Amino acid sequence: MPDTLLSTHQLCAFYGDFQALYDLDISVAAGEVVAIIGANGAGKTTLLRSIAGLCENESQQVQYRGMSIGAQRADQIAFNGIALVPEGRQLFPSLSVEENLIIGGQTKRHGPWNLQSVYQLFPILQERRQMPSTQLSGGQQQMVAIGRALMANPDLILFDEISLGLAPVIIKTIYEALPGIIGEGLSAMIVEQDISKALSVSSRFYCLQEGRSALAGDSQTVAREDISKAYFGVD
Amino acid sequence: MSTDHLQVKRGSRASFVATIIGLIVLAVLIAAPLWAGRADMRLMGELFLYLSLACLWNLMAGYAGLVSVGQQAYVGFGGYMLFALTIFAGVHPVVAVLGAGVLAALIAVPVAALVFRLRGAYFAIGTWVVAEVFRLSFAQVSSLGGGSGTSLPVSIVKSMTSGRQAREWLSYWLALGLAVAVIAAVFLFLRSRRGLALSAIRDNELAAASLGINIWRTKFVVYVVTAALTAMVGALIFLQKLRISPDAAFSVNDWTAFVIFIVVIGGIGSLEGPIIGTLVFFALRETLSDMGTIYLIALGLVAIIIMLKAPQGLWGIVRKRWDLQLFPLGYRVQQSATPDNHQQLHDK
Repeated sequence: MPDTLLSTHQLCAFYGDFQALYDLDISVAAGEVVAIIGANGAGKTTLLRSIAGLCENESQQVQYRGMSIGAQRADQIAFNGIALVPEGRQLFPSLSVEENLIIGGQTKRHGPWNLQSVYQLFPILQERRQMPSTQLSGGQQQMVAIGRALMANPDLILFDEISLGLAPVIIKTIYEALPGIIGEGLSAMIVEQDISKALSVSSRFYCLQEGRSALAGDSQTVAREDISKAYFGVD
Repeated sequence: MSTDHLQVKRGSRASFVATIIGLIVLAVLIAAPLWAGRADMRLMGELFLYLSLACLWNLMAGYAGLVSVGQQAYVGFGGYMLFALTIFAGVHPVVAVLGAGVLAALIAVPVAALVFRLRGAYFAIGTWVVAEVFRLSFAQVSSLGGGSGTSLPVSIVKSMTSGRQAREWLSYWLALGLAVAVIAAVFLFLRSRRGLALSAIRDNELAAASLGINIWRTKFVVYVVTAALTAMVGALIFLQKLRISPDAAFSVNDWTAFVIFIVVIGGIGSLEGPIIGTLVFFALRETLSDMGTIYLIALGLVAIIIMLKAPQGLWGIVRKRWDLQLFPLGYRVQQSATPDNHQQLHDK
């Protein structure tokens, strides 16, 4: 098994008094794509937010390249090479498509991704590059959100519900672009409601239930029955 | 819909026309000593200083999300630094205005470290407390008149220019120059890469942070630069008044409440808003201020009505109705209006 890029150790996360994650242990190896599945409120988004530094955690609960990054600020984590494609896209409405992408390059990390290569991946964005991001369709906005994260040339990219609220044909386009993104040693964590989509692009998966890992395994060989059990918490 | 014929531009015909008109207005204002009386020039000088304060408060609250009710700390600090530098160090008053800005930036660094620990409403109250601390501290300085204040010595006033008229012209031009400089600085800052980061923070703080924007540092820079410019405005205010006292220098009503009024009725988060708000505020003040408390009640009513009926301020109404933008900061889509394009659109 290749080197571990990121791992969590008994990760706990809270929203005020409410505990969203309980002692969660997960890991992502270099170049690996890991899917996180689970029902609403299982803690998938919280897990990504914790890794990206948007939730407060204890330092040693998140390990990345041998560093304890649990307590780092979101911008420090971005500089270290972890990029988030947030749920609901979260574009900057007063900025144009291109400005949104340029903001993504704020970290000035070196790598294959720049405006040109993002436009190659999603040619429609080049056509619309001067448009306000709010005037794009949902799918195009999702492309901007993905491109914006890639502009940081991350080592690990976190996708949060990239198919949420999009038409099936758009989802297909975006998932067809994924291999082009994930190749070349980039690691990814994919949070997705659509289990078959998530399993088809990943090599391993974790199924969360109420803040705990209910099932983990190989995406290609897992039995659907086992996932159903873990997903709904029935024995 | 075909998008081939859509163009996107930053500027627009309106912003081009506005630039031309703005330059003409500026030239007329620079030439004010030729056409305006002493009282008018004094009033306009005051208007420019309020305009500067409003633009600066708008940058902090409307763009950086820092709602401070303690900017009088820097107005008063700047005023007192003008007096201290000219009286104790013998600095020329115009140089002392710049000096006040530099000193305010230095003092703003530890103040920012303190108040940035607070969020939202607590930040607002915290900045007010800091301003009160400033006021009480300067009231202890007996060489600057303590609690009752002091006047700028006649010798210093006379050393500034050859005569009274020249002095009044100079302070008018300084006020105008500072207002232009503040508007230009805010405009250029918002168009720069850092301004891009600031817009991103205003739009969505969490997304901005996760893209590597250091929110704390960006806000810190805005706070310190605003403090420096606010102190320069304060120094000019008290160079016009020639007299300073702690209560006048650190007045929350004069230097913050009225400024918030201006920005809110004009339109927060736009560059045009503070300009309109300043004009409305001065129009109300010049017509109603003889009526005492009724004037303040009228101001309160105007503020309440605007907040209920047009939360984006007067400029928000204009922008919504006519899609106008005088300072080209945003983007807009334009369609080249040739007949066959229209045909195409109808066909599809």
